[in-house]
Amino acid sequence: MSERSTQPSVDEPAAEQAPSIGTPTQGAPWTAALRSRRGRVVLGVALAVLVAALPLLLDSFWVQTGLFAMAAAIGAIGLTLLVGRAGQLSLGHAFFGALGAYSYTIAAGEAGGRFFGLGLSPLLALVLAALVPAVAGFLLGPISGRLKGIYLGLATIGLVFLAQHVLLNAEALTGGYNGRTVADLSLFGFHFANTSPDDLVVFGFVIDGLRRLWFVFALLLAVAWWAAHNIARGRTGRAFLMVRDDEMAAAAMGINVMWTKATAFTVSSTFAGVGGALTALAFGRVAPEVFNLQASIDFLIMIVIGGLGSIGGAVAGAAFVVALPLILAQYSDVLPGLASPGSDGYDAATAAHLAYGAAIILVLLFVRGGLAGGVSRLLRRSGSSPPDHAPTALHH
Amino acid sequence: MSYLLAQLVNGLSYGLVIGLIAVGFALVFTSTGVLNFAHGSIVLLGTYVTARFQADLGFIAALGLGIVVAAVVGILINRFLVENLADPTPATAAILMLGVDAILLTELVHLIGNNVLPLGAPWGADVTQIGGAAVPTSRLIGAGVAVVALVLLWLLLTRSSAGVQMRAAASDGGTAGLMGIHVRRTSGTTWAMSGALATIAGIFLASFPSPGVAPTLSLSALAAIPAWVIGGFDSVPGAVVGGLLVGVVSALATGYETELFFLGRGFGEVVPYAAMILVLLFRPTGLFGREEVHRV
Repeated sequence: MSERSTQPSVDEPAAEQAPSIGTPTQGAPWTAALRSRRGRVVLGVALAVLVAALPLLLDSFWVQTGLFAMAAAIGAIGLTLLVGRAGQLSLGHAFFGALGAYSYTIAAGEAGGRFFGLGLSPLLALVLAALVPAVAGFLLGPISGRLKGIYLGLATIGLVFLAQHVLLNAEALTGGYNGRTVADLSLFGFHFANTSPDDLVVFGFVIDGLRRLWFVFALLLAVAWWAAHNIARGRTGRAFLMVRDDEMAAAAMGINVMWTKATAFTVSSTFAGVGGALTALAFGRVAPEVFNLQASIDFLIMIVIGGLGSIGGAVAGAAFVVALPLILAQYSDVLPGLASPGSDGYDAATAAHLAYGAAIILVLLFVRGGLAGGVSRLLRRSGSSPPDHAPTALHH
Repeated sequence: MSYLLAQLVNGLSYGLVIGLIAVGFALVFTSTGVLNFAHGSIVLLGTYVTARFQADLGFIAALGLGIVVAAVVGILINRFLVENLADPTPATAAILMLGVDAILLTELVHLIGNNVLPLGAPWGADVTQIGGAAVPTSRLIGAGVAVVALVLLWLLLTRSSAGVQMRAAASDGGTAGLMGIHVRRTSGTTWAMSGALATIAGIFLASFPSPGVAPTLSLSALAAIPAWVIGGFDSVPGAVVGGLLVGVVSALATGYETELFFLGRGFGEVVPYAAMILVLLFRPTGLFGREEVHRV
C-alpha cells in the first residue's frame, strides 16, 4: 500500500523543513506569509488578538457557540492524533469525554451536597479531568494495543454503551438521567461566572461569565494545539505514522507496536477528557446524552471533514460541526428551505445532519485530506516549494 | 421452570433474528471490507417501506417491495459510494458509512416523525403456549423464517456456482478476477442479500411485542454488531452463533433483571456489548474468525 500517493498535511508545511531565507516564493503574498517563519509569527499574533477581541464584539449566542466549538476542538485534536496519525479507529471518544466531564464535576462538586462531591478546587478538578481519562486509556492498553483499525473501533462502541449504562445507574455520583449541575470555574479567587466580581468592566466592555470562560477555553485550546503539534512532530508522532503504515516494518525498526498504540490511545483520551470537562463547563450541566454514541460519531465527522491527521483541520472541523446546527437554528426563519419545528419542511437539526452526511461523503469521495488537504494543495499550487510527504490517509 | 423456558425461547428466536442482521454485516465485510454502519438504517428503510405500503398492496407484496428497495439501496451505496472512495481503506469506508447512515436515518426519521407505523403483519399480537409458557407467535414465526433464510443462504453459498464465485471473490478478489469471476457483480450481490436479510429481520423486530415501526428500530439493529463481532468478522456461521448467544444472554439478563438488579436498570441492553469486549480481549478475531497470519 506504500505506492499510494501521499497527501500533505497543513501542519507540516515544507517551509519549516527547508530554510526559508533565499527560497524563491512566488504566488499570492498571503501564501508567502504563511511560508516564512516571521510571517507565521505575525499571523499567530494577529490570530491571538482576534481571538481575544472576539468575545468583546460578539453577542452571547456566538460566545456560547464558540465555547462549545473550542471544547469540541480539543477533543477532536486528540482523536485526529489517534485515527489520522496512529491509524486506530475509535468510536469511544465520547466515553473518555464523559470520564473527563464527570471527573471534573465530581471533584469540584460541593462535598455533602445533593450528589457526591469531593469539594476540590476547580483547578485541581481540571487536572483530574485530564488525568482520570488518561489512566483509563492506559489501563485499556491491553485492548487498544492488541486490536487494530476498525476492530478497535468496534470494541470502543462497547465502551460507550457500558458508560451510558453506568452514568444512568450510578445516580449518587452522576445524577442519573437528568445529570447534575457543574460547579463554576474559579481560579485563585477569580470566578469565571456572573458572580464576584459581579460586573467586570474593562475599557467599557462588560466581561461576563461566558466571556471570562472564553479566555480560559482559548488558552487551553492553544496549549492543546501546541502539545499535539509537538507530539505529532516528535519521536512519538513518527512512531504513530510508522505503526499506522506498516506494523511489521515498525516492529523491525525497534518500535514497540503495542506500546505505541496504547500511547496513542492514552494521549487521545487525555485530550478527550479535557474537552469533555470544558463541554460540561460550557453547558453548566452534565448528562449522559451529551456523551452518547452520536457524540463519538460527531468527533469522527469533525476530523474527517477537517482532514484526518491534521490538527488545524480538527479545529476547523469542530467549529463547523458544532456551529452549523446552532447557526441553522438561529437563522431558520431567514434561510430558504428551512421550516420551523413541527411543520413539513426540514428543521434546523435535520438540515444540519443531512449537511454533515453529505459533507463526509463528498470529502471521502472527492477531497483527499479534507479541509486541511484542500488548503495545503491550494498553498502549494500558488507557491513553488516542493510538496512534502506526510500522508494523512488511513492505512490498514 | 416455564418462566425459564419462555425466556430461552424468546432469547433463541430473538437471537436468530439478530443473527440475520449480523450475517448481513459479515457478508458485506467479507466481500467488500466495509464495516456497514448504515446497516441499522437499511433495516429501518426496508421495514418502513413495508409498513408504508402494506395497506395498499397487502402485507406480502409490501414486504417484497421493502426487500427490493433495501437490496437496491445496498447495491447503489456499493456501486456509487464505496467503489468511488478516493482512498479505499476499511477505516475510510467505515466512516463513509457513518455519513450514509446520517443521511438515510435523518431522512427516515423525518418521514416517520413521532408516529409508530402499524406493520399489518398477519400474525398480529397472537400468543402461543409452549409447555406452559406464553411466547409471542411473531417470535416463533420469526425464528422459523430466519432458519429457512439461513439454510437457503448456506446452500447458496456452498452449493451454487454463484455462491462459490462470491466466496472466491471475497477470499481473494484479485485472483478471482483473473479466473474470470465478475468481482464487482458478486460484491453487489452480497450488498443486496444483506439488505434483503435486514428487511426480513426488521419485520420481526417491529412485530409484537414491539408496537410497530419507529426510528428506534435502527438502534435495536445495532445490537447485531456485538453478535457479528463475537462470531468473528468474516464468518457467516459465526454471525449466527453470535446472534444466538447475544439473544439468549440479553433475554436472560432482561428476564432476571430483579435478581441482577445490583448491575443496574436496563442491564439487558448493554450485556451484549460487555460480552463483545470480553471476547475481543481474549480472541481479537472473534470466536470463528480467521486467525491473523502475522503477529508482531
